Amino acid sequence: MSKFLEVTNLNVSFPTEDGEVRASNEVSYSVGLGETLAIVGESGSGKSVSNLAVMGLHNPVRTKITGSAVLNLADGPVDVISASADTVRRLRGKSMSMIFQDPMSALHPFFTIGDQIAEAWHLYNKGSKKDGIKKATEMLDLVGIPDAASRAHDYPHQFSGGMRQRAMIAMALVNNPSLLIADEPTTALDVTVQSQILQLLKDLQKEFNMAIILITHDLGVVAEVADRICVMYGGRIVEDGTVDDIFYRPEHPYTLGLLNSVPRITAGESHRLRAIPGQPPSLISLPSGCAFQPRCEYSTKVSSGACASTVPSLSDKGSGHLSRCHLDAADLNNLVKDKA
Amino acid sequence: MLTFVARRLAYTIILLAIVSLTIFFIFDLIPVDPARLVCSKQCTPSLVEANRHRLGLDVSVLEQWWRFIVGLFAGRTFGEEGIAITCAAPALGYSFSRHECVTTIVAEAFPFTLSLALGAFVLWLSVGISLGVLSARKKGKFADRAASVFVLVGTSLPTFITGILVVLFIVLQFNLVNPLELGNWHNPFTEPLGWLQTFFFPCATLALAYAATYTRFTRSNVIETSSEDFIRTARAKGLTEKVILRKHTLRAALAPIVTIAGLDFAGLLGGAIITEGIFGLNGLGRLSIKAVTQTYDLPIIVATTLIASAFVLIMNLIVDIAYAFIDPRVRTS
Ligand SMILES: Nc1ncnc2c1ncn2[C@@H]1O[C@H](COP(=O)(O)OP(=O)(O)O)[C@@H](O)[C@H]1O
Ligand code: SF4
Ligand SMILES: [Mg+2]
Repeated sequence: MSKFLEVTNLNVSFPTEDGEVRASNEVSYSVGLGETLAIVGESGSGKSVSNLAVMGLHNPVRTKITGSAVLNLADGPVDVISASADTVRRLRGKSMSMIFQDPMSALHPFFTIGDQIAEAWHLYNKGSKKDGIKKATEMLDLVGIPDAASRAHDYPHQFSGGMRQRAMIAMALVNNPSLLIADEPTTALDVTVQSQILQLLKDLQKEFNMAIILITHDLGVVAEVADRICVMYGGRIVEDGTVDDIFYRPEHPYTLGLLNSVPRITAGESHRLRAIPGQPPSLISLPSGCAFQPRCEYSTKVSSGACASTVPSLSDKGSGHLSRCHLDAADLNNLVKDKA
Repeated sequence: MLTFVARRLAYTIILLAIVSLTIFFIFDLIPVDPARLVCSKQCTPSLVEANRHRLGLDVSVLEQWWRFIVGLFAGRTFGEEGIAITCAAPALGYSFSRHECVTTIVAEAFPFTLSLALGAFVLWLSVGISLGVLSARKKGKFADRAASVFVLVGTSLPTFITGILVVLFIVLQFNLVNPLELGNWHNPFTEPLGWLQTFFFPCATLALAYAATYTRFTRSNVIETSSEDFIRTARAKGLTEKVILRKHTLRAALAPIVTIAGLDFAGLLGGAIITEGIFGLNGLGRLSIKAVTQTYDLPIIVATTLIASAFVLIMNLIVDIAYAFIDPRVRTS
């Protein structure tokens, strides 16, 4: 059975003066209606670039894209990578929507919140100006903005950060899209507001039966909302599994590193918080072997220096849990146990 | 909003008073004695004194200024009984070199200056904005390169050179305007063609440098705005590129141009000395240059200086109010 969005072998690169930036490298993922896929990784790992390609939001002149991203719509599948710009534009807002990290700069400062939501609605619906504002008010109410009828006439700068992100969500959902891509929707917000926004997304997902892709650099926020998690590093997916796979049976040293840097309370034992030492690789000149090798504490445990010479393949470690590492899962487990 | 306008209005009036007072003090410091200048060949100290009295220069600067202000609102009588001349409000003074009320002289010159400024303004805004938008959209392509050549030429050629080139190689070469009629006044409403003949080339000359600057400014603003997050949002909504450009990008990119265009226009309302000179237009610029260099007609100098600064101050006020209407962040905070 096919999922709503199926991204296969997606490559996105930017030719620059210093060389080609390979921001997304043989990336594959999929997400079904009613499901949430979290894409996790440090800043600069290619999460936004991959998903902007799905939305068709890259500059066609300055971006090289190959692979496919198929939306399985009611009237048949469409590959947004090979489809015409106009076809993809007509899918935006209606079949797929996206919200961004900074809700202040993502809204136009000169138009009211209500006008901006109504504008999106008018694109795909016939109706008067008044109908548009009415719909906008309805949506603002739905995303939990008190006194929505009068707030619809306010400008973005009159909203708080959390309110603005709610307004962005209202705008993204006004045409009832099947896919919502949320790119770090809570990163710019206070911690308390963060969980409210995530809860809101979860509630709306139930109501609209949407597929959601939640992009974040914080593994801590995904445990509660995601069904599946893709971990990205250096433009590649390095691990892909269910939430339980990733949290309880991690098979990639990078995922282990990420988990160690998230505050967790495990029964009885206190956990030492540890950031991964070193820097993410430059996407212009990736190491010839495993991209994580310069930072990986287990690379010496792999025989014949394979980590430095050969890119590990993304292989199934059982029941759809994929990992891109030369180390065997059992060996990794033993090494981790030895250390503890 | 209303308190904002009221505050800005009060502020402008105070500034106008301060600026005009300053102008009176500055001209008082200049070591030229108008009373001696208007004196005939057989000049005696008592004649100079009489002249000083007639010119109204025998009282303190503050008093001179105050009489001027009163005259602006109530009109003013110059000279003694018998040879008294009354200038109706708004009286800007009396010119002893031309024996006329300054207001009358200014009223004759102003249509030239206004025509020139307005024509140039319309030309440079339409050319500058459309070329700027075009070259931003075609960044790096042929149209952009052609526009950048225009910008380079426009910003590096001074107006007195382009003006002379235009007169010599276009106007005279192709017999487009009878040289004897260069600078003749035609009412734009009753004789639009005549008006165009007089003003098209001066306006184009004056507009060139501005159009170049505005092309560059528009281009960089449009490019900068295009990379804003809210433009990406507009695209993510599914809007067409046309709507994104016309509604979302231009609205934000052109807002700062309102301020600059208003002030540039106000600057020209005080007179465009070089262009008026080259094309023989008897506008405010030529009037004040003549008053300074040939006749030292102090009332005219004071009046034209004041008018120029008043235009700038008033346009500042208008621009501030207009900007508040455009940008809600200014209006609602
Ligand atoms: N338009 C572009 N031109 C060149 N490089 C880009 C462009 N957009 C993104 N990149 C680079 O691609 C890499 C991945 O970026 P991104 O997907 O935004 O990371 P993140 O995982 O934090 O979302 C970064 O190194 C970024 O500098
Ligand atoms: S392949 Fe080698 S370097 Fe890469 S993560 Fe696995 S052990 Fe570490
Ligand atoms: Mg990102």
